[in-house]
Amino acid sequence: MIEVEGLTVRFGGVLPIDEMTVTLAGGTCGLIGPNGAGKTTFFNVLSGFVKPVAGAVRAFGEDLLAMAAYRRARWGLRRTFQTEQAIANLSVYDNVRLVHENTGGLRGTRRQDVMDAVAFVGLDREAHRQVGTLGVGERRLVEVARAVVGQPRLVLLDEPAAGLPDEETEHLGELIRRIPQEIEAPVILVDHDMSLVSGCCATTAVLDFGKLIASGPTAEVLRNEHVIRAYLGTEEEV
Amino acid sequence: MKASDRPEVLSPTTSGSTAPPSLQQRSDPGAGALRDLHLSRGLLVRLVLGAGTLLLVVFGLPGLLDSFWLKIVTSVVIYSIVTLGLGLLIGRAGMVSLCQFLFMAIGAWVALRIDYATSLPFPVLVLIAGLITAAIGALVGLPALRLSGLYLALITLMAAGAITVLLRIAQFPNGGGGFFGNSSAGGATSRLPRPAIAAGDTAYFRYCVVVAALMFLLAVWHLRGKPGRAWAALRQSQVTAVAAGVNTILYRLWAFALASFMAGVAGALLAAASGGVNINQFPVQNSILLLAVVLMGGVYSIWGAVVAALLLRLLPALLDDWGVSTELLTILFGIGVLQVLLTAPGGLVDQVPKDLANLGRAVAGLARSVTGRAKPPEASP
Repeated sequence: MIEVEGLTVRFGGVLPIDEMTVTLAGGTCGLIGPNGAGKTTFFNVLSGFVKPVAGAVRAFGEDLLAMAAYRRARWGLRRTFQTEQAIANLSVYDNVRLVHENTGGLRGTRRQDVMDAVAFVGLDREAHRQVGTLGVGERRLVEVARAVVGQPRLVLLDEPAAGLPDEETEHLGELIRRIPQEIEAPVILVDHDMSLVSGCCATTAVLDFGKLIASGPTAEVLRNEHVIRAYLGTEEEV
Repeated sequence: MKASDRPEVLSPTTSGSTAPPSLQQRSDPGAGALRDLHLSRGLLVRLVLGAGTLLLVVFGLPGLLDSFWLKIVTSVVIYSIVTLGLGLLIGRAGMVSLCQFLFMAIGAWVALRIDYATSLPFPVLVLIAGLITAAIGALVGLPALRLSGLYLALITLMAAGAITVLLRIAQFPNGGGGFFGNSSAGGATSRLPRPAIAAGDTAYFRYCVVVAALMFLLAVWHLRGKPGRAWAALRQSQVTAVAAGVNTILYRLWAFALASFMAGVAGALLAAASGGVNINQFPVQNSILLLAVVLMGGVYSIWGAVVAALLLRLLPALLDDWGVSTELLTILFGIGVLQVLLTAPGGLVDQVPKDLANLGRAVAGLARSVTGRAKPPEASP
């Protein structure tokens, strides 16, 4: 349960997020909108990389914005990045272990927890390979493994399917659908791939120029004429 | 740029780090699936090789050298501790410091001062010198929390300048009174008494090798552990590290403290080496020279530190011995750094084996084309 209230971010004269108020229930929630709508900025606010000028974010009753950025990971916030950021110099295993050991994961269960996360994304056979030697699809999976290790409480996926071929996007979609049940953490998914969003997300919110223009069940939102006009710029069927 | 477009080795990427272009993240040399699958065996082989080299250096080398060259290799060993620390800072943690050379002076000063004030045993003096220098290093590292690249280099260079000024005022302790422990009657050069077990030059050389080996183990222990992974994340990008829960302030300062600890330890060892220490030994410009040799040696491998120390201490002595002007070194190092920044970010320790392998292939290809005329000569990769 993530409650966002009156969230406003200002970059000079621009308001990338303008009085955003939305409640995100459990499960997987989509966040869509045209480029520059403020989706990544919203994630950066949640991660602590951008400070809002007004508004509040309460996650499971706790004030997320009051926490130091690196402590939010310990609290249970996980995220992936639009430009994939798996650490090239470390092995798959060490990439995931890095998150586990820095977020208060217990030493005794570390090996098991890390291998579970690696196996969750299906990279257990590549666990000791250097991430720098992997392809882009596998690196995206490493990021997902990093996002699910160590009992996360909220998983943010920022365009995880960007640059992936269709069949890998499909595999990723399956993983994303499994996160709320198996990892027991809600997911917020930002992506431009509408079939991925509608396939994974029961509810979806739409941002346009920093303003929330629609939210609700995904199918309804995607039929909303404001959304079609803002997001697709045409009257075409979705 | 898609990640898949990157070549696997030697890929300075555009991931937004502000380090000098070729010092950004790259795959470790020779890191393939094969090595990782046989990690334990590879480690064993490396341990055996390392121990063998160590024994050879400790017991074989002194017998081959006269007292002059023994003095030189002792200083190579001591300086390899400083280059090790700076290499870790640049290559692993992605930060730069131009005051490591002056931190040696601080280590030497602290060891001497405490020695005149107390009767602590030599290893304790070395340790305290390291710890106090580490604390000062962490202080100087504070700007690194905000700055990187050129600006951090500038700040640390100014810190180095400040240390030089302070050193000129304070001088090295030579048995005088007061806090500074210096009296004009005591002479310009101070020398720390050596431990009883390492009074002679050969014994002291061995002693230094053992301390250096401990420092290399300390480095390996860090790199294979939690700090190494945290630094790898930091070097890739600040946001990645924060998103993974890494306490970036702690690990940045820790990297500075570790590099400075090593410089302090090296300084204490230097204070007990033949000739001792005097303030003229620590000009600020040597900080830049130190950075140059560390880059040339290679910052992505801890063995680059040994190459760097050889370049810094042995090469000038060799040139001198051959009657070549040591002024030439400045030019050589300039060309060397240019080469590293442009084409060989892994430094000599990475590039030379590759070049040798390429040369070997070229020679083999040539031999094939000369002997077996059946097929046309093929271009070697």
